Order: sequence, then structure tokens, then C-alpha cells
Amino acid sequence: MVKTAFNTEVAALRQSPAQHLWADFSAGSVEGERGVGLREVPFQGMVGIRVDPLSEAGERIGALTGGLPASCGTVASGPAGVSTLWLGPDEFLTVTPDAGGQDGFVAGLVAALGDGAGQVIDLSSNRTTFELAGPSAREVLEKSCAADLHPRAFASGTAITTEVGKIPVLLWKTGPETFRLLPRASFADYLGRWLLDGMREFATAGSPAWH
Amino acid sequence: MLLFSCPNCGPRNETEFHYGGQAHVAYPDQPGELSDREWAEYLFYRQNTKGLFAERWVHSTGCRKWFNMIRDTVSYDIQAVYRMGEQPPEGLTAPPAAQAKSQPLAPAEANPTNTSEGV
Repeated sequence: MVKTAFNTEVAALRQSPAQHLWADFSAGSVEGERGVGLREVPFQGMVGIRVDPLSEAGERIGALTGGLPASCGTVASGPAGVSTLWLGPDEFLTVTPDAGGQDGFVAGLVAALGDGAGQVIDLSSNRTTFELAGPSAREVLEKSCAADLHPRAFASGTAITTEVGKIPVLLWKTGPETFRLLPRASFADYLGRWLLDGMREFATAGSPAWH
Repeated sequence: MLLFSCPNCGPRNETEFHYGGQAHVAYPDQPGELSDREWAEYLFYRQNTKGLFAERWVHSTGCRKWFNMIRDTVSYDIQAVYRMGEQPPEGLTAPPAAQAKSQPLAPAEANPTNTSEGV
């Protein structure tokens, strides 16, 4: 997207799905060796891709995204911070750092699909992103996620579709103690409050999260 | 909690899945030629098996793909998981179509065209 004055003005007016909780996230985050922090990473760009990865159209799209992941859990990394998550054998989600700046990228993907079987759709406001990080992040998640999150089964750099607190999310481990959760926008309030509740037991006396 | 082994995603909690009923119910070769009774039997009549049962499941909050599973309806023991379009492993269960033929509800109206193998 060209950075016109209009676009800058519109970008300043955007409200992310969990923006009303940012102060709570900040107050509920815990420092220290048992700490865990929560923040929203707003306005990431997302593109839903459905294509057979072995088809010609799949190869053309893969050339733009840095390849399409081949199996459950794998994430492909492309240029300019583009990551592509595996959702199914023929379904992928490409995540870019900024929804406002990905129009050219989406147009490129649409052109790469051409008349091949499949679809490319900008899904940027479909989901928001939470980042749960810290030594206790896995313990917070394990209270309400049945997937095996032990590092031997869920290593850094993998992503799965699963359920956290009864709602479907994309769970993406971006670092040894850092998880990104991508719930649909309408679940953002619920999941944000759910995670804050799970973090409360790690608060230390005197911290803002202590009750 | 039951763990289901999705053919695409591996072991996951049962709450991520939804049930799709009996597997391997063949779509009629000539649906237009069926009587109302035969059509209703195709649509609604299912086995009520006690023991090993072939059924369809979909990993609805995961890869969103369907697969077949053989589950013991008494003990909930999962004997096999296999992809759509594949036949159940040998010896685990008789194809439900064969069971249905061996005990027709209305012998005089048994439908000889209902032989194609669905997925």
C-alpha cells in the first residue's frame, strides 16, 4: 500500500480486537524467574492460501513465500518477515508483519495462483495475535491446551491449529519461551482475559498482578 | 480424554474432532431409480454395532480433513485410523455394506444396483 496521507490517517484510527485490554496485559505481566508476559501484536497481515503445494500454481506461490510447509507443525520463512503456517495438506496461512503494507504481496500471490486451482484471500482482520512469553508461558498454556507442548514434541519454530480454553487458535512457538496465539478476532476478548487469569498464580507479592 | 491420531496432525484431544457417522456407505449407482423406501434406507438406515465399528471423523479445529476410524463402541478402543478412500485393514471389521446385505430389512425390495463402494 502506498503511504499516502489518507492511509496514514486511516492506520491511526484502527482499533485492534484486544486493544481495550492492553492496560490489563501490562498490569498482569509478571517479571522474574517464574515470570510470564502477555501482549497483543496488532494488525499483522494474513493471507489465506488454498492450493495443492505440488501443483505448478503451488510452486509459483511457494517461490514468493519461501516455500510452502510440507507437514503439520512446519513453518516456512520467506523474505521480509513473511512466514507461512501449515493449516492442512492444501491450506496455508501466510503472516506478514503489517497488514497495511501487504497489498503488493497479496497481488503477487494472486498473480502467482493465476488460473490454477485454489484461492488466495487477504484475511488480515480475521485473527489477531497474542504473544505469551516468559519462563512460565508453557505452564500457563498447559492449563487449558491439550496438545503436547513439551519441547521434544513442540519445538521452537513450529505452529499447530489446536484449542486453548475451548476456542480454536493457531498456536505458534516462535522462541524457546515465546508462544504466539492467533484467535479469531471475536474471541480476542475472551482469550485475553482467559490467559490473564492463567497468569495470576505466577504474580509475586507487591507486583501489579498480585491480588 | 481420548487421543485421536489424525492422519495429518498426529495425536490430538477428542474435542478437536467431530463425528460423521458410519463409514463406507455406498452412494447408489442409480439414485433416480430407487423407490422411496430404498432411498430412505440409504439415507437413514445405519448399523448399530456393538464392537468394532468403522466410522468417519473430521479434524474440525485442526487440518479440517475427514478420515476413517475403527473404534470399539463398547470399550472406545481405537483399532485403526486410515484415510478417506482407503479400505479398512484386513480382519478388523467386515465392510458394513456386506453386513447390510446379509440382513436385508425388506428382502423382496433388496436393491441389486446398490453396490458401488463409497468413501
